[in-house]
Amino acid sequence: MSSETKQPFAWHGTLERNVTILAICAFIAVIFGGLIEIVPLFYIDNTIEKVKGMRPYTPLEQAGRDIYVREGCYLCHSQMIRPFRDETERYGHYSLAAESMYDHPFQWGSERTGPDLARVGGKYSDAWHVQHLSAPRSVVPESIMPNYSFLANTELKAGEGGSMKGELKALKLAGVPYTQEDIDKADDDLKAQANGDGTDLAKRYPKAQARDFDGKPDKITEMDALVAYLQVLGTMVDVESAAAQEQLAQEKGR
Amino acid sequence: MVTLVSRASLWLVLFLACFVAMVAAQDTAFSIQMGTCAVAALAALWFALRGARYDRIARGLPNAPPANTSLYDDEVIRWATIATVFWGMAGFLVGLTIALQLSFPQLNFEPWFNFGRMRPLHTSAVIFAFGGNALIATSFYVVQRTCRARLAFPGLARFVFWGYQLFIVLAATGYLLGVTQGKEYAEPEWYVDLWLTVVWVAYLVVFAFTIVRRSEPHIYVANWFYLSFIITVAMLHLVNNMAIPVSFLGARSISFFGGVQGAMVQWWYGHNAVGFFLTAGFLGMMYYFVPKQAQRPVYSYRLSIIHFWALIFLYIWAGPHHLHYTALPDWAQTLGMVFSVMLWMPSWGGMINGLMTLNGAWDKLRTDPILRMFVMSLAFYGMSTFEGPMMSVKSVNSLSHYTNWTIGHVHSGALGWNGMVTFGALYYMVPRLWGRAQLYSLRMVNWHFWTATLGIVFYAASMWVAGITQGLMWREYGADGYLVNSFADGVAAIHPMYVLRAFGGLLYLIGACVMTYNIWRTIAIGDQRDEKPLHNIDQNRDNDRPLGQHVAVPAE
Repeated sequence: MSSETKQPFAWHGTLERNVTILAICAFIAVIFGGLIEIVPLFYIDNTIEKVKGMRPYTPLEQAGRDIYVREGCYLCHSQMIRPFRDETERYGHYSLAAESMYDHPFQWGSERTGPDLARVGGKYSDAWHVQHLSAPRSVVPESIMPNYSFLANTELKAGEGGSMKGELKALKLAGVPYTQEDIDKADDDLKAQANGDGTDLAKRYPKAQARDFDGKPDKITEMDALVAYLQVLGTMVDVESAAAQEQLAQEKGR
Repeated sequence: MVTLVSRASLWLVLFLACFVAMVAAQDTAFSIQMGTCAVAALAALWFALRGARYDRIARGLPNAPPANTSLYDDEVIRWATIATVFWGMAGFLVGLTIALQLSFPQLNFEPWFNFGRMRPLHTSAVIFAFGGNALIATSFYVVQRTCRARLAFPGLARFVFWGYQLFIVLAATGYLLGVTQGKEYAEPEWYVDLWLTVVWVAYLVVFAFTIVRRSEPHIYVANWFYLSFIITVAMLHLVNNMAIPVSFLGARSISFFGGVQGAMVQWWYGHNAVGFFLTAGFLGMMYYFVPKQAQRPVYSYRLSIIHFWALIFLYIWAGPHHLHYTALPDWAQTLGMVFSVMLWMPSWGGMINGLMTLNGAWDKLRTDPILRMFVMSLAFYGMSTFEGPMMSVKSVNSLSHYTNWTIGHVHSGALGWNGMVTFGALYYMVPRLWGRAQLYSLRMVNWHFWTATLGIVFYAASMWVAGITQGLMWREYGADGYLVNSFADGVAAIHPMYVLRAFGGLLYLIGACVMTYNIWRTIAIGDQRDEKPLHNIDQNRDNDRPLGQHVAVPAE
């Protein structure tokens, strides 16, 4: 033992003989990184700041978003435009943190097997989206996207048990500012938007687009919801008027 | 008697709860999943009652006869070994399928077999099913041998195995049904996450208490890695999966975190799923099986201390390199980049410690195909842990991010490092676990080695080319000042690379088929192929047992 104590790492023997101490030290070693990188994001201005124009998704858009998540669209399409000349010219203004603040979960993605969708809203017509989702290669011959023609034939069963109320309530718990009225009227809002009756909707969801999205006015399909979601992507914030991130970074106290 | 009744009633209650949930479910997918759980609970109940020794209970004896404590408890390890091979084959096959889907989109069959639902099936099958079972098998194997003690809580250890298989089945069927949280590598929904938490705590208890029961005074370095992997994965899993279920009778939940916070938490989780699940845990394997197969002691004790603590401390910071140039604040991105570059050093510390263990035994590489597998895995570990820090440098990342370069990088690590070290460990364990003199064929191990290596080369090289092609085409400007390529041009340009990648995957799968046959033949028949002999190391079977009832020497 006496020769061992002269070793430079003799103290480490204590850890090697006691599993409790070893486990506690190993746990301490792994908590710092997360604490320091994650916790401030809940407090600093440029990650929690609200930007003019941002609103929660309408029930129909949220239902479309659920389909986007269900089908794993995020595995091939990003929703995060980086501040490079080629990306802003190809896709539009770079993405702001505030633009995904009501996204639970976030869908920034990690891969561009297909193009970025952060600002796809309004770039194509509804009919183009329906055609493209049903048979991608009929409009983009090089595309390798799977067909999603079943969406147009599947009646939308939004939310759990055929009602979006529960989901909006859960989103509210997670911090999305839905009002009680939004929650109570969720299912009516959904039908109204898909049927093109947007007057009441627009009072609570500014600039919400209400129309028959899938070209089948007699029923509300999953295609309606998904296209409604795609058409709102990146359109809420007027990026030219919103303060740019560089300016924010120069301000004191951010 | 009391144990039997309480166990049986626990399974019965669980069965009834799942049955009620199945009937009252809000959506079909949840109903199917709860039905699966109910069947599993019923099976557990049946085995608990059928396996009970009523003759012993009637005489007032404990249910289970005393185990043979002169041998290690290897039954669970045998199951997990077979599960590793099975899920490996499944995961590789799905991987090849989705590689072909990207080459030939006609191979998508909507809605259940579209790429978007198949891809999580592939990633979860290879990481959590293949990798997870390999970790369970090897950790239970290594912890018993290096502590010279039998597994603590044998019943709980069996629960860990079967509970983990249920987790895999629920996750996999869920993906095809469209049940997903929409977070990469954390797709399973809230109820599957809760179940995994229970299983994982049981895993920690079995592992830690086996260490407590050790006969050796020191805890061997492989166990440090396994322990930190189990603890850290528990932390990551709990935080990243915090969610609010929309209803307790439905599959859907709302992630507690959204937007930029959600992104940071997800990649803190995602990168450390690599760092702890696929690195720390697998380094535990490396630290046991490489010295055993080389029959040389670990190169440096001090290096193992430094690289262990540095690795686990630094890895946890590296997550933001997945979010370079996004809306995540710059300081966080820079932290992620700096720590990723620093991480290069402990990673190579581990590689050096593994490779230098072969000092004085390098000649065995010529004749021992299993050792060759371990060395190749360390070589790929070294390559991908150099490539990773390089890609996390922001200027490199601006080109590589969102492209197939990332896919190539991941697979050089996953196929090269994780795959090869697992194959080596399987080849080492199988003859010992089933009491065979040696594998059916060492020549077939050699064939596996070369097809797998060639497969990885095709895979990684084609994805590098594809990724850099994409990155350059997206940012290419003409003399007129306009973007040259449409997005679709980039898709068309990499088609040949996608096909070559699928070919690489096919080679890797063929190698795994050879392994499956070899291992099946060793287990089921136990004969040896008539072939020119290759080097085979002695099993030293007489010493492969616990050291009796010695208690560990406490720390002074």
